[in-house]
Amino acid sequence: MTRFNARSMMTEAGLILVGIPVFLWTMIPIYHLFLFSISPKESAFAGHLWPDNPTLRNFSTVFSEQHHYLNHFWLQLWNSVLIAVAVGVLTLMVATGAAFAISRLKVKGGRAIMNLSLFTYFIPAAFLAVPMYKTMGVYGLLNSQWALILAMVTIASPYAIWVLKQASDKLPYELDEAAMVDGATALQVFRLVYLPLMTPSLVAIGTYALLLAWNEYLYAFLLLSKDTKITLAVALGNFLAADDSPWELLMTTGLIYALPPVAIYYTFKRYMVGGLTAGAVKS
Amino acid sequence: MTAVALPANAVVQRAPFLTPWQVWGIIFVAPYVLVFLVFVLYPVCYGLWLARHPASYEALFEDPIFFGAVVNTLIFLVIGINLKMVVALMLSGFFVQARWWIKWLSVIFIIPWAMPSIPTILSFRFMLNPEWGIINQIIFRLTTDDGPNWLNDPTLGLSLAILVHVWKSLPFWTLILMAGRLAIPADIYEAAAVDGCSRWQKFRYITWPSMQTLYLTCTILSMIWTLGDFNSVYLLTGGGPADLTHVLATLGIRYLRLDRVDLSIATIVFAMPLILPMVYFMMKRLSK
Repeated sequence: MTRFNARSMMTEAGLILVGIPVFLWTMIPIYHLFLFSISPKESAFAGHLWPDNPTLRNFSTVFSEQHHYLNHFWLQLWNSVLIAVAVGVLTLMVATGAAFAISRLKVKGGRAIMNLSLFTYFIPAAFLAVPMYKTMGVYGLLNSQWALILAMVTIASPYAIWVLKQASDKLPYELDEAAMVDGATALQVFRLVYLPLMTPSLVAIGTYALLLAWNEYLYAFLLLSKDTKITLAVALGNFLAADDSPWELLMTTGLIYALPPVAIYYTFKRYMVGGLTAGAVKS
Repeated sequence: MTAVALPANAVVQRAPFLTPWQVWGIIFVAPYVLVFLVFVLYPVCYGLWLARHPASYEALFEDPIFFGAVVNTLIFLVIGINLKMVVALMLSGFFVQARWWIKWLSVIFIIPWAMPSIPTILSFRFMLNPEWGIINQIIFRLTTDDGPNWLNDPTLGLSLAILVHVWKSLPFWTLILMAGRLAIPADIYEAAAVDGCSRWQKFRYITWPSMQTLYLTCTILSMIWTLGDFNSVYLLTGGGPADLTHVLATLGIRYLRLDRVDLSIATIVFAMPLILPMVYFMMKRLSK
């Protein structure tokens, strides 16, 4: 019995020895970000673990746009929100329609469309960015927020369609047949049977697309350039390019920008983990 | 009338025209097809057309920065991804342990993946600042020597970019591999414990055989995505010093910014022989 106890204590100690480095590794960059945001300008670089005089001044400076880099803070935050929500909604509409048509209505050529969409999913986004940028120029959409919204819908849709198709393949076909016998049209099946049953996956995919768009930097910085059009991510990047950047304000803005996706992720975690990993694990 | 009474496929065979359900199918799938044609197919064709001259490729191959970027990309892929996947495999074994505090830790552990890259990479960048970054301050306090100029050294810069990449994407792969581990029936492990298997034997003969396909799939998917990882390098080193830490993704964008779209596309076309076999592998795997 004692031997067993000693052994299980060894196991616990081993787990803790893994747990502590994992915790530090994850938290140090995030804590560093937080530390800067609550430090007064002078002591931000003092190298303390906790500032002598923690302050919320940086936040009030950012919120009241009292620095020439922050002149459009609220507008840029709004741009980020608007674009993320638009991408979430449009991706849901496009992907749900496609998944319904391919999986339930068995539209002709559905398999080919699925493969093309998967192919798009596997093109690294940075490589598609260059042709996309040129094309948006041809369409005359450069510096319009539509360019970013449409580009992000293009990038988010393939994975969305794939996950939704996997989920809808699992719904029993008897449902559709029963509805059909009752004389329901495809539209009625979609609205009254399909959407209610798919809600958890739809929440996961909507969240996925929203976070993808909110977090995007490369496409946003290529497609948008006017100070009043850019998202917060691009504003942070521009901040960085300047030599005289006020670091503590940059870090504060960064923290404000980083929090909403984390909050959204935790709110919908229940749906996210099940909905998004289910597809990836299939091997 | 018949459409109501018969199963859909029978109707399809009999009627040469589209059934109402097929018409609706076309309507439902049309938006995505439109998105694909307008924002994927046309851009790709247009891009290839822009890079149609062999001269673009000659110019690309003569650019010393290009050669460096190819080497950097390979280092990034071979070292970065293997490091990440092996650590993810080990950590997935840690996170499946049933302890209350490990459950909490797994909630925290996912933050880097949920957060946007830019603020955390900026945080790394400030930590590494040679004069007032926290790391060099600690080095100075401990040794009274100045620490290295981290991001001004190509080797260190690239290594740190890999580290940032690992920091950001490790949680995702750990989560996936965790799901893979949880799918292994527990009674196999119980039987192995009864037979007196060591921990290593359990891993070698139970865990690994049931996870190796998943592991390979994850590694390949991660390679494809890492090829497109623009942020880790661009936001940390900006490709510098002296354009020595570029990878193909950042180099493509650099050419675009220099208004050499043909070189930019040529860079991407050059990467295709590497990407397409992996894409083919993934498509085979996922479209089953």
